[in-house]
Amino acid sequence: MLEYKGRPNRLGIWGWLGGGRWGAERYLYTLHRLTGLGLLAYLLMHILVTSARALGQQAWQQAMATVAGAIFTLGEYAVFVAFAFHAINGIRLVLIELGIGVGRPIEPVYPYRTSVNVQRPLAVGVMIVAAVLVVLGGLDFFVLK
Amino acid sequence: MTNTPTEVIFRIRRFDPQADGEPHWEEHRLPYTTGMTVLDGLRRIKETASPTLAWRSSCRMGVCGSCGMFINGRPRLACNTQITELNTNLVLVAPLPNFNTVRDLVPDLMPMFDAHTALHPHILREDVGEQYEPTGEFFQSIHEVEQYLQFSYCIKCGCCMAACPTYATDPIYSGPMPLTQAHRYNVDTRDGGFKARKKDLAGERGPWRCHYAGECSRVCPKGVDPAKAIQLMKRELVLDYLHLLKHGCPSKIMGKPAGLKRRDGVSDAPAPTIAGAPRI
Amino acid sequence: MRDQRWWTWHIAASAVILVFLGLHMVIMHLDAVIGIFNPHGGHPIEWANVVERARSGFFMVTYIVLLGAALFHGLYGLRTILFELNPAPALKRGLNAVLVLGGFGLFVLGTWAAWQSFVLATTQAVAHTL
Repeated sequence: MLEYKGRPNRLGIWGWLGGGRWGAERYLYTLHRLTGLGLLAYLLMHILVTSARALGQQAWQQAMATVAGAIFTLGEYAVFVAFAFHAINGIRLVLIELGIGVGRPIEPVYPYRTSVNVQRPLAVGVMIVAAVLVVLGGLDFFVLK
Repeated sequence: MTNTPTEVIFRIRRFDPQADGEPHWEEHRLPYTTGMTVLDGLRRIKETASPTLAWRSSCRMGVCGSCGMFINGRPRLACNTQITELNTNLVLVAPLPNFNTVRDLVPDLMPMFDAHTALHPHILREDVGEQYEPTGEFFQSIHEVEQYLQFSYCIKCGCCMAACPTYATDPIYSGPMPLTQAHRYNVDTRDGGFKARKKDLAGERGPWRCHYAGECSRVCPKGVDPAKAIQLMKRELVLDYLHLLKHGCPSKIMGKPAGLKRRDGVSDAPAPTIAGAPRI
Repeated sequence: MRDQRWWTWHIAASAVILVFLGLHMVIMHLDAVIGIFNPHGGHPIEWANVVERARSGFFMVTYIVLLGAALFHGLYGLRTILFELNPAPALKRGLNAVLVLGGFGLFVLGTWAAWQSFVLATTQAVAHTL
């Protein structure tokens, strides 16, 4: 008869990320929302701070002095990273949500090749471009000063 | 065949609305038989151990859409899910999420069907008389059929609704199944109901709260690809707002081809056996 | 009932933001890698560079366009996220009001700042402080 020796089945770190239960696009959607909220919060503060330039040099330099610390620089880099991801993933979403890159209606034959499979190369390309931008930004923020 | 188990452990989420305050998990162990599906396991459990276990199933072959359940963390059809495909001998069976649980593994699917009905999932044409007393066929080319055929395979099982992150928090959103069926009729050239459906689709019940997580298409047991249908629908609605949408009139009735003669040796059609049937 | 329209504008705004905010990021954060629009050298946020951009009609107009597009895009996105959590109808009306009023308020503030700094930069008063 068939022997069952006990197959190891731990998910490890992968279990923290939903255990492979969700597809990559689900995580891209969650990240897109989080980065959007972060960017909006930053935008509201940014409008208030940069409006100081209308009040002359003194006001401007005071405003810039309050946001000059290391924690602020780190925060600004986080905003840059969030922007890079949100913008490049946003290009992918605009294309997909206007029906470009999702494929045409087909006769479904198992194993099904859905629009998620068809747009996967686009998602991978988007992540690579975003990663390149993040690295370039990192260079500008922390290295080439 | 090294991962074929000898014993399968079922953990089922039980809930009796009259007796329990909260759902609880119940464990059963069954010997594995070749080709065992989750539905086979549930039936065996009901026969031998727990006669009060309740669930919906019918065809047991993946075409009726009754047995949608949350199996090992994913919405699947119980009849369509082999134990070996789960790659473990521990099977967690819970009722479909995003729907109220009536009892044990039975979800209340009425909100999904209500949203579906609200989007007029049938052919809407002005010539109602023709639909009830047809005089001919509606013209539709193969290319036109291909535009909606994939979306017509939907068996209304509700797995896509259970997987959708928006439907998880938002009950007003129509959900993947109703929207896909609305799109299936919008692009059907025999249908003239785009304006009627647009009343609902332009607002909160429309596809605007879909953000392409793609989970619906990943879990669909029939390969209907609701995510694709919803994005194609958004495209149509945006083009409509920009007044760029080409509205084809609902397709006409095919006339008889003119000037054809019956070949020699081919007899006429027999007389209709039902009185008053149209002679096409 | 008007999500069809607002969503279309949301997408249009995102295209506008991609161009203008992309430019803004290049100026502000890629100036060591791709150095343009900082004719006075040094940091892009030094007063001299700020005045240089404030003086330019192109920057004044594009800042206002970017501000409008970003506020609409961001606040409509926030509205979508909050509405998907299924609030009560009264709360929805309240949220709509807060978002519209807040958005308009910030837009007015930012437009005033852009216009005012344009006026200041093109008059003699600021030129003396350089």
